[in-house]
Amino acid sequence: MELFTNQVLAGIATGAIYACMALAVVMIYQAIDHLNFAQGEMAMFSTFISWQLMQWGVSYWAAFIITLAFSFVAGIAIERILFKPLVKAPVLTNVAGFIALFAIINSSAGLIWDFTIKQYPTPFGSSPFLGSQLISTHQAGMIGVTVLLLLGLYFFFQYTRIGLAMRAAASVPESARLVGINTSWMIALGWGMATAIGSIAGMLIAPVVFLEPNMMGGVLIYGFAAAVLGGLTSPFGAVVGGFLVGVFENLAGTYIPGVGNELKLPIALALIISVLVVKPAGLFGRQIVKRV
Amino acid sequence: MTTLLNVKDLRAYYGQVQALHGLSFSLNEGSLVTLLGANGAGKTTTLRAICNMVRSTGAIEFDGKPLNNRSTENIVRFGIAHVPQGRGTFTTMTVEENLQLGAITRKDSAGIVSDIERMYAHFPVLKQRHTQQAGTLSGGEQQMLAVARALMLRPRLMLLDEPSFGLAPLVVRDLFGILGKINREDKVSILVVEQNAQLALELADQAYVIETGRIVMSGKATDIANNEEIRKSYLGY
Repeated sequence: MELFTNQVLAGIATGAIYACMALAVVMIYQAIDHLNFAQGEMAMFSTFISWQLMQWGVSYWAAFIITLAFSFVAGIAIERILFKPLVKAPVLTNVAGFIALFAIINSSAGLIWDFTIKQYPTPFGSSPFLGSQLISTHQAGMIGVTVLLLLGLYFFFQYTRIGLAMRAAASVPESARLVGINTSWMIALGWGMATAIGSIAGMLIAPVVFLEPNMMGGVLIYGFAAAVLGGLTSPFGAVVGGFLVGVFENLAGTYIPGVGNELKLPIALALIISVLVVKPAGLFGRQIVKRV
Repeated sequence: MTTLLNVKDLRAYYGQVQALHGLSFSLNEGSLVTLLGANGAGKTTTLRAICNMVRSTGAIEFDGKPLNNRSTENIVRFGIAHVPQGRGTFTTMTVEENLQLGAITRKDSAGIVSDIERMYAHFPVLKQRHTQQAGTLSGGEQQMLAVARALMLRPRLMLLDEPSFGLAPLVVRDLFGILGKINREDKVSILVVEQNAQLALELADQAYVIETGRIVMSGKATDIANNEEIRKSYLGY
């Protein structure tokens, strides 16, 4: 029983990270109708920035805040420079753009910081949380930061005018323009926020997976699985999906014989395919109906 | 009477296809003008061209200032509220959020709150449903919501695209009554595009008849309504 509780709690902790990645993916998907394959690499690069700052002697939380600001601006810059010109381009052009972004960021990180694995500090420590062997303080910290982030985002989108404008721009762009919303900048803002959210995920998971340019590959696949499970059209669904995938991943690794650690990733892919076959809109997603 | 909207030699294009062939008309401050015409005549395109939602050439002046080459969201900030065909409801948001979105460019939060109350007074049904998702409203209610959303801008000019479309005759009467009231009491100039010519002519001061992208007739609404020949050949009643 203790093993079970332990695995569920650990699953919730990694699930928090998947939830952040899924949320970042969904925010951009809502804004531009494309999946950002480079979301993980962007998060990885941000994490390296924070690591570099700490190497220069900046304290953890100062580095955390500076990285958030950097990621926000970088996200906006990427949208303005690369994806704004592609607004009316076909899907495949955008896909090529994302793959290019992926490759560019991955190689630049390797060029600047090389591909050796680096230790990344945790501000929470890794002692048992509240004296319990079930969960470490870092895992509790991952969950805590994610919950704070989600509450903040909920408040932002539900109760601020700019949040309302962003939701409007994502749901009916033409009407949004007709009430005077600059939809193009709302998309850029969405990119900035998604990139910042991704950077939080990167900085929280780095002590677990260690820092290196390919660290987010697996995480992003789980993030996609979470987004698909929850529904690509639903930010709430993405978050729920994240936690579910985290728990499912851990339980499958523990209890299904032969899965172990090596086959955890195929489980995420199997999950994506099963959801797409059985319930393409996901748990909380909207069925998209197109008139032809 | 000052001219509020002046359109000269407007030509509009969808890709290679030209939809408007040099259209000119004007609208005086405080008046209610209707554009009439059959399906595909270019009525909707005219409204879309004013808000720069379709590629066009020609001069569009609002209150003496040119609107050409401005983005749609910028044109709205001049005080032009456009209720598009199909109503443009934010269906996944609540009725109240829809109204707040109408006022998203305004900075006076106290004024916005009191304007929302004013809209609820105009359209009591919206008050009953203010926490409901807008997509769950009936067609008529959504049209009321669209008009209310447009008014939340405190517009000087309201552009309405086929407000009667898909509504029951009684609901249409109601809606047009409210439009007349808004025009008289709130001093909002209105340009309304309609297929229901009879009703639009009862309401309007001035009317223009469009056929295949050109103005073929213009005059006082009462004169056009009383001219049997025009009615028979262009308006079909």
